[in-house]
Amino acid sequence: MSAEKRPEIDALTGTATTGHDWDGIKELNTPLPRWWLITFYACIVWAIGYWIAYPAWPLVTGFTKGVFHWNSRASVSDDLKELTAMRATMNEKLAAASLAEIERAPELLSFARAEGGAAFAINCVPCHGAGGQGSKGYPNLNADRWLWGGTLEAIQTTIAHGVRWDADRDTHTSLMPSFGHDSLLNGPDMSDVADYVRSLSGNTPEEGADLAAGQSIFIQNCAPCHGEDGRGNIELGAPNLRTQVWLYGGSKADIMDRIQNGGGGVMPAWASRLDPTTIKALAVFVHSLGGGK
Amino acid sequence: MHEEVPGLPLYAAAAKVYPQSAHGVYRRIKWILLVVTLCIYYLLPFVRWNRGPSEPAQAVLVDLTHRKFYFFFIEIWPQEVYYLTGLLILAALSLFLMNALAGRVWCGYLCPQTIWTDLFLATERWTEGDRRERMLKDTGPWTIARVKEKTLKHFIWLMIAWWTGGAWVNYFTDAPTLVHDLAMFQAPVVAYVWIGILTFTTYVLAGFMREQVCLFMCPWPRIQAALTDENALNVMYRYDRGEPRTSFKKSAALRVKGEHPGDCIDCGQCIAVCPTGVDIRDGSCLGCIQCGLCIDACDTVMKKIGRQPRLIAYDTDVNVARRLSGKANVYKPIRSRTILYAVLIAGVGLVMLSALAERKNMSVSVMHDRNPMFVRTADGSIRNAWTIHIANRASNSRQFMIKTESFDAAHVEAIGVSSAADGWPVVEVGPDQIREVRVLVTVHAAHLPSKQSLRFEIVDLESGEKASATDNFVAP
Ligand code: SF4
Ligand code: SF4
Repeated sequence: MSAEKRPEIDALTGTATTGHDWDGIKELNTPLPRWWLITFYACIVWAIGYWIAYPAWPLVTGFTKGVFHWNSRASVSDDLKELTAMRATMNEKLAAASLAEIERAPELLSFARAEGGAAFAINCVPCHGAGGQGSKGYPNLNADRWLWGGTLEAIQTTIAHGVRWDADRDTHTSLMPSFGHDSLLNGPDMSDVADYVRSLSGNTPEEGADLAAGQSIFIQNCAPCHGEDGRGNIELGAPNLRTQVWLYGGSKADIMDRIQNGGGGVMPAWASRLDPTTIKALAVFVHSLGGGK
Repeated sequence: MHEEVPGLPLYAAAAKVYPQSAHGVYRRIKWILLVVTLCIYYLLPFVRWNRGPSEPAQAVLVDLTHRKFYFFFIEIWPQEVYYLTGLLILAALSLFLMNALAGRVWCGYLCPQTIWTDLFLATERWTEGDRRERMLKDTGPWTIARVKEKTLKHFIWLMIAWWTGGAWVNYFTDAPTLVHDLAMFQAPVVAYVWIGILTFTTYVLAGFMREQVCLFMCPWPRIQAALTDENALNVMYRYDRGEPRTSFKKSAALRVKGEHPGDCIDCGQCIAVCPTGVDIRDGSCLGCIQCGLCIDACDTVMKKIGRQPRLIAYDTDVNVARRLSGKANVYKPIRSRTILYAVLIAGVGLVMLSALAERKNMSVSVMHDRNPMFVRTADGSIRNAWTIHIANRASNSRQFMIKTESFDAAHVEAIGVSSAADGWPVVEVGPDQIREVRVLVTVHAAHLPSKQSLRFEIVDLESGEKASATDNFVAP
């Protein structure tokens, strides 16, 4: 651009043009308002300040840390501290209250449910499902049949010590023998006893099922744990067989499978990972899912 | 200055507008509206309203902690934000109606930016003098007197700005307590921060940005340009009467010769008073905020020279065209669009009023458990679970019975609730509180109904008042 060249002035507006011309349409050279420009420069200055103050630039092995040494991890842990402080009063009340007291105080109950629900979502959901609905082999916590007891105290104990968790001395243990593998029962016997067990909870047996034979096999082999009437034994963790709730499925094939293979599920002892108040809140939460006794 | 350089400087310095004082009917209307609106703004938080002991006694209050909004007899809970939506719709429709009737009047008379700018301008005039004096002083040297005047002006501006911010925070908490705490430096930090922010914005926007806010920052002129029409009243220079403009002397000479010069004597008064620096004689434009001050200015001139007033007036495009073709003026405030806006305003207003009148001081909402949808219990019954929220908007604690309708053989229990009336759980909800309860409904497999919709009803044990919510009962 030569220095002598004067800007072309648009006749209609009296404004200089940029000299750009598109199909006869010329661009007016309208300068920015000063305040706009100042704001723009201020933003640039601000951005540079920001680079210096906060972590910004990736380096070969790391990044610039910024003069404030701010990082998101520290800010999260600060937030967590704040949260703990905020919850402190309620948490103290929760720690002090007995389980029964918590259920009776609406405010404490909803706090415990919220806290228990959060702990449940983090720790229990992988096995018991998002709503505690369980699945085959993992108990449905909404139902009212409990292997190890459904009172608040029993639930608290189960959560704290787990089931068949060898590292905990007070863990619940029980074992359903593997009647098939250990040749304790033969095929037809297993079939008969399965028919009988199904009939205990009111299912119509298959045609030709020998319920009487099944019953005598049951009394000899199963009654020691499940009781003569099949109502189970919470002390032993032996399920009540007279319900509609089946941990491993209620079809004849499912039941045959249990008799054949035996065994039982495992649950960690949470006392080693969670503090007592959280376990208490968890117990209240699980109890309030609806199945609690 | 930049003669030798091609192109223009990078920025255009905003030409400072020195609005002159105007006197006349529109100026008076503006003063009255200014006083009224500012009084409302500054004093409203101090108006008391008795709602009972557990409720705040402030007539207008935005209670952020409890997420409630109080407006005289209206009390809006977070679940009812649709009232605010309704209010916003009403506000938008009123702006449309105003626009259809008289263009951008909101801008000229009621917009906070206009009101505070007017107040700041009045201060400026009082300390530094009117237009001519201010222009002279600003180009002249710095004298002690000038420094004093400027200091005084900025001090008063800052005081006004500070009061503006101070009044704002009063809407968010009990105003008398806050004023006391502020004075004692005991108020929450956020109050001081907000006062600071609003002091700053008021000072900058009303003191320095002024017309630039209307011209560059505000979206409304762009929108209103699309909303206005040829029948709307707008401040207009009646060029049919004013042109050709000639100086007073020349026009007198021309008249003697029997010619007909226009009424405008090109005195520039209409430009001098304009707060946005517009020359209204160039025609309607985006910069004009319809404040009518140029009408006052021109009327003063016309009176002085003995001509008819209202050379500049609120007029419509239709009338200008009619006069040019020799027809009489008409003004049609009732047109299809004004009728439409009025009907919509009335409609939305009625809907909101009836919703308010219908509103009970209790409500219930139910949320079904999603996972699992249903549970089979030990005895084979089917159970569904809900989280139920019961809101008690009364100022006393109340007992609500939770009933279900449509299933006779259903068993209903609420977690953590042992009290019951007629076998239904009864929960107590504190004054102005929402209580969340988990409710289980169990139906024996033999009684499962064919129709699965289930109605929850809550009944206030004392007054018998009822509210209900319906949901589905899920069974395998
Ligand atoms: S042109 Fe007239 S009405 Fe428009 S802003 Fe200026 S003084 Fe006000
Ligand atoms: S004030 Fe009236 S007479 Fe003076 S220039 Fe404006 S329109 Fe013309």
